[in-house]
Amino acid sequence: MLKYNDKVLMIVFAILVLTGPVILAPFGAGYPDLLQRFAIFGILAVGYNILFGLTGYLSFGHAAFLGVGSYSTVWMFKLLTMNIIPGMILAIIMSGLFALLIGFITLRRSGIYFSILTLAFAQMSYSLAYSVLTPITNGETGLQIRLADARILDPKNESGSLPSTNLFGFEMNDTWRTTFMGMDLQFNVGFYVCAVILIAAFYVSIRIFRSPFGLMLRAVKTNQNRLMYTGINTKPYTLAAFVISGMYAGLAGALLASMDPLAGAERMQWTESGSIVLMVILGGAGTLLGPVLGAGVIKYFEAIFSRINDNVLHGWFDFLPGFLETFMVWIIHPFVGKGWSLTLGAVFMIIVIFLPGGLMEGANRINKRFGKQKRGSADNAKAPAE
Amino acid sequence: MDAIFLQVLNGLDKGSAYALIALGLTLIFGTLGVVNFAHGALFMLGAFCAVIMRKILTLSHVSLDPEKTNFLGKPLEIRTPYVELWWGDVGTWMIDYSVLIAILFAIPVMGVMGIVMERGLIKHFYHRPHADQILMTFGLAIVLQEIIKAFFGANPIPQSAPDSMSGAMDIGVLFGFAEYAVIYPYWRLVYFVFAAVVIGGVFAFLRFTTFGMIVRAGMADRETVGLLGIDIDRRFTIMFGLAAAVTGVAGVMYTPILPPNYHMGMDFLVLCFVVVVVGGMGSLPGAILAGFMLGMLESFSSMNEVKAIIPGIDQIIIYLVAMIVLLVRPRGLMGKAGMMED
Repeated sequence: MLKYNDKVLMIVFAILVLTGPVILAPFGAGYPDLLQRFAIFGILAVGYNILFGLTGYLSFGHAAFLGVGSYSTVWMFKLLTMNIIPGMILAIIMSGLFALLIGFITLRRSGIYFSILTLAFAQMSYSLAYSVLTPITNGETGLQIRLADARILDPKNESGSLPSTNLFGFEMNDTWRTTFMGMDLQFNVGFYVCAVILIAAFYVSIRIFRSPFGLMLRAVKTNQNRLMYTGINTKPYTLAAFVISGMYAGLAGALLASMDPLAGAERMQWTESGSIVLMVILGGAGTLLGPVLGAGVIKYFEAIFSRINDNVLHGWFDFLPGFLETFMVWIIHPFVGKGWSLTLGAVFMIIVIFLPGGLMEGANRINKRFGKQKRGSADNAKAPAE
Repeated sequence: MDAIFLQVLNGLDKGSAYALIALGLTLIFGTLGVVNFAHGALFMLGAFCAVIMRKILTLSHVSLDPEKTNFLGKPLEIRTPYVELWWGDVGTWMIDYSVLIAILFAIPVMGVMGIVMERGLIKHFYHRPHADQILMTFGLAIVLQEIIKAFFGANPIPQSAPDSMSGAMDIGVLFGFAEYAVIYPYWRLVYFVFAAVVIGGVFAFLRFTTFGMIVRAGMADRETVGLLGIDIDRRFTIMFGLAAAVTGVAGVMYTPILPPNYHMGMDFLVLCFVVVVVGGMGSLPGAILAGFMLGMLESFSSMNEVKAIIPGIDQIIIYLVAMIVLLVRPRGLMGKAGMMED
């Protein structure tokens, strides 16, 4: 079972996630839509970290699994029931199979070849979803639920409005609102479903990190050649890691579709894969908590930055003399609102250049400088990824 | 038969673009060993050099004609580009040929940009893992394309070819086909010839000059060349500038074919990576061969007859071929052993 430290980490993590709506409310992030995205992309990042953080294989195609998960879930909504369980199960199975196929081919190569191959595969799935597979994916419009869908397990819908996704009767968009110390708190069913799954996903990832299997994956990252010289076939291990992280991505896709029953091909684009990588890098690849943190930070700033417009900026720099105010607004304008991608790209570069270990390494450095003079732990973690 | 001939021609212009971008990628990769995800952004920047050049040339002097009014009842504005005002017919000619003039503008701009990129950013990444190089250049690509988007907006900006080179010719007659069977735009022929000249120029430069010889020696064994007292880093930096310039002019010349928009670089980048991998990493002839081959395969698979048999094949043929090539010949068509195999 888990060691003492891990147990503490697990409990603290669970408490933090479950009290998310309360903790994040003062930061203006306490609304269900954003909280759900925190949890869902947290799951995605945790899964990606099992592949990239442990084995060092840089996949640029994980958005494809996200898309596969979404599509399979929406199909379950259309055919079987609006309960999210069958959709999630199918999404995990489908993305697992898909990952097995892609991984089997792409893992024949390592390093850059692997990155480019996964990129090519993801791009191929994206084009397929847009063109040939239109009967399954509904092309550019995206796959949606309709009134006329079969839903053979559900009772006949006579209300005339679209049914909403649920978990045994608890509807995902149900929210219980209350006011506490002047803050508007919103406890959303969908968020708690995602949160519980995130905690479970995190637990599985701790177990993998601490298992002999996880140790083997780390060995692959440190020196795959040496591992092969000792007579170990590394392929099954890397393939397993690839499939597991693909299943995580499928699960995240299923949850995305459960919160908003819609699946579109743009979810599979390779820039999406890039942003998954960024979440993990920003938080700290190879650390347990880092990816969740990175996903949270990115989604938070995405929501905040996109909301800032010129009026807000003028409000901020009101105290400056006129021309300086105009100048500051002019400087910051391209980075906010629709220019969020620019900020994202810039952050990406800054993190990779100055802090390759991500926020967790930053925290470690600060700890080392100000805390007890503990030696070793941070230095050992900086093994080359080759 | 004429349909096949037409597809060969159609494949040529796309193949030329692939080959040019892949050539730049391979130059950078073979010399510096860096996988440049920002290379598509360089192609896009080149295309926007053409847009900027046209904007500069058509900067207009606005005068009011008091005798006529426009539909709002205000005096009619007459816009005369300054170049026309100053130089008369020569100015009109310059606006017409702005794409070609943009090449002269793009070569130094892109070259300097490449050198600044290498000295400012990529230099610091030689001793870092490949994953870091990929991620940093990926971030750079996003930044570059978003800057362009902030200045030029998200919509494609159509550019026209010079009057004398727009329109189409009946090329089939020259090869003995029936009249009007194979109609082909002039500009695409120009693009192909241009690509051939650039590719030939780069190869000649590498083969017949002392500089090129040193660079080739450095590609084979960088350390030994350094030990001989040659400042190989400086030469590789210049090669980076050259690669950026090649990609940039490829972008300039492509503008009449595809109206430039901010994400055109990303669209081409993925395909060009596939081209480089199929050709064999680090092999210049491989990149050219694979570029033309995949361009033609793409145009053949978009024939209606082929699509009737396998629907949607035109969307995925390149990726499919890439996978098969990599599974059968893991090093690509002309790849050498030991290239990037860690």
